[in-house]
Amino acid sequence: MFLRRALLLVTAATHAGLALATWFVRTHDAWGGALHLDEIGHPFLMILSGLFLAAAVYAVGYLRRESPGPRADFLEGFRFTNAPEAVFIGCLLFFLSTMTLVILSENLGLLWIAVEATTLASAPLIYFHRHHRSLEATWKYLLICSVGIGLALLGNFFLAVAASGSSGAGGSLSVRILCERASQLHIPWLKGAFLFLLVGYGTKMGLAPLHTWLPDAHSEAPSVVSALLSGALLNCAFVGILRIFQVCAAAGIASYSQGFFVLFGLLSIALAAAFLLAQRDYKRLLAYSSVEHLGILALGLGLGGVAAFGAMLHAVNHSLAKAMLFLLAGNILAAYRTKNASEVQGVLRKIPVTGALWLAGLFAITGTPPFGTFVSELLILRGAVEQGRFFVAGLYLALLAVIFVGMAATMTRMAQGPAPGAPATREDRLAILPPLALCLLVLLIGVYLPPPLDAALHRAAAALGGG
Amino acid sequence: MHTLLDALVVLLVFTNLRILGLSRINASIRTVAAQGVLLGLVAAIANAGHLSPRIILIAVVGIAVKGVAFPLMLFRALRAVKIRSEVEPFVGYIPSVLAGVAAFLISLAVAARLPLPVRPASDLLVPTALSTLFVGLFLIVSRKKALSQALGFLVFENGIYAFGVGIAYEAPTMIELGILLDVFVAVFVMGIIVFHIAREFDSIDTTRLAALKE
Repeated sequence: MFLRRALLLVTAATHAGLALATWFVRTHDAWGGALHLDEIGHPFLMILSGLFLAAAVYAVGYLRRESPGPRADFLEGFRFTNAPEAVFIGCLLFFLSTMTLVILSENLGLLWIAVEATTLASAPLIYFHRHHRSLEATWKYLLICSVGIGLALLGNFFLAVAASGSSGAGGSLSVRILCERASQLHIPWLKGAFLFLLVGYGTKMGLAPLHTWLPDAHSEAPSVVSALLSGALLNCAFVGILRIFQVCAAAGIASYSQGFFVLFGLLSIALAAAFLLAQRDYKRLLAYSSVEHLGILALGLGLGGVAAFGAMLHAVNHSLAKAMLFLLAGNILAAYRTKNASEVQGVLRKIPVTGALWLAGLFAITGTPPFGTFVSELLILRGAVEQGRFFVAGLYLALLAVIFVGMAATMTRMAQGPAPGAPATREDRLAILPPLALCLLVLLIGVYLPPPLDAALHRAAAALGGG
Repeated sequence: MHTLLDALVVLLVFTNLRILGLSRINASIRTVAAQGVLLGLVAAIANAGHLSPRIILIAVVGIAVKGVAFPLMLFRALRAVKIRSEVEPFVGYIPSVLAGVAAFLISLAVAARLPLPVRPASDLLVPTALSTLFVGLFLIVSRKKALSQALGFLVFENGIYAFGVGIAYEAPTMIELGILLDVFVAVFVMGIIVFHIAREFDSIDTTRLAALKE
């Protein structure tokens, strides 16, 4: 047991160390160029590595608190057990490696394999608590995402057709080769490929109206898994969309694809706002907030220019803030044994550190200064205004305001008020430190964006045709 | 060669219609298995002009996975869960078959509007692939049992595979094998989940999976 947890921590630390090393050491391609760390992948690798380290530390504390034997479900009272810890840790590590592979894949075929593998690695994680609700969530997740990924595979085939017309290219799916020969691509087939890949990876990314698996999976999975799903996995699907966008931009149909990004982005934000307002389950609340933020990413990419940089920055901010909130939701769930927000009161009194961070997290996720999300959301707004798209800008602002009200109402009510039951118990340090670290990072980005990160994000935005 | 290929492709269409009209899960699994074998043969014959070790490998692995391994896994899951062996559709069998015919006609119309840069070995291949894909999606949404939905997913995957082998697709063999492996594991995981659903609910009826909604 000790060995397994140590393995988890050591792997996470090693991954983080190697990811940090990529700032200083030139990386070399592997597998004949199929694995390649480029400007776009770099920030996402950083996010993944940092989040996984935080989640691993939290998971060790979490596994220690989870009693191994059968126990009663707090919602319906039946007894259930957890999956074996070995399965849990094994799947976590496999999940990490598949997500890393997604980010490093330069070949779209390999990227597809990796994205599908992330689904398979994470399904047992969602089904950690073995009862009927998590089973339902897992089945939905598996089926909807598999169909989505299947459509993405069809998109890859379309792309191969689009490329096969060009002399001798032989339908290679390497992003580099596709971009080099972009002028020879068959445009109608490329457009078809783009649509299928957008729908396919969009399902996985949680873009409305294909997000239906997301609230269920996020609310039923253990909180540490929800944090990884929201903070890291959704980003990986976004990377898949960024890759096909690169090809589209090189082929001169950037504006065609950007129209769809704006459409799906706004739709996701609007739909999330509608479901956030009436939401009583606080983990589902956070899940819908993820739909909103991934919509913001798509919107930023669709607007381009300064908004593309905003989207890259927002990906970092959202991952940090959302992972922090899910970890805190895990603490609240452990203390109150309910996911119903109206039954939670006085978090600030009962578990003060979690309560304070929960409030900070509320401001971080809704884009309030001085947190980093404020900067990135503002940049995306500026992108819209600079292009004279006032309707988009106005709708975006109005929806953000609605979401702020919806989330603040629920989350502040949970924090305040008298604490029920026993007085404050000492909180587990392993449950506090990871969210605290994530919170400080979002704050740091808002107050002072470290120049190396700034440069890396600018390089990524430039690779996407933005500034 | 072309007549043989066309005949195989038409057989594929028939397997689609047969799955839509079948009421017993046993028979459905066998039909999907037959479809897998047909697909492997199509992969080999469609590229018979330039038969390379790569094509043979793809065809053989395809037959082994889709024609043998999947059906065995699904039969095991079926035995393990000891359920009544009916498909239990939301949509009746006759309307299902009619939907399948409609899907094929629509696919013909769609394929006519999508000129391939390189002409495929059989003109029927692309419409058949598309209609198989539609039939798979239809099975997923119109069947109650988790196992039937998994079968629908297999048919959907078969459609994509048919499209992939039909066009002159020159991806590295590693990638294609990786894709097959992924699908293999996906079905494997689905089989496990089906087993758990059966144990949890004493049935694999997904209408029982209705605790999570807004």
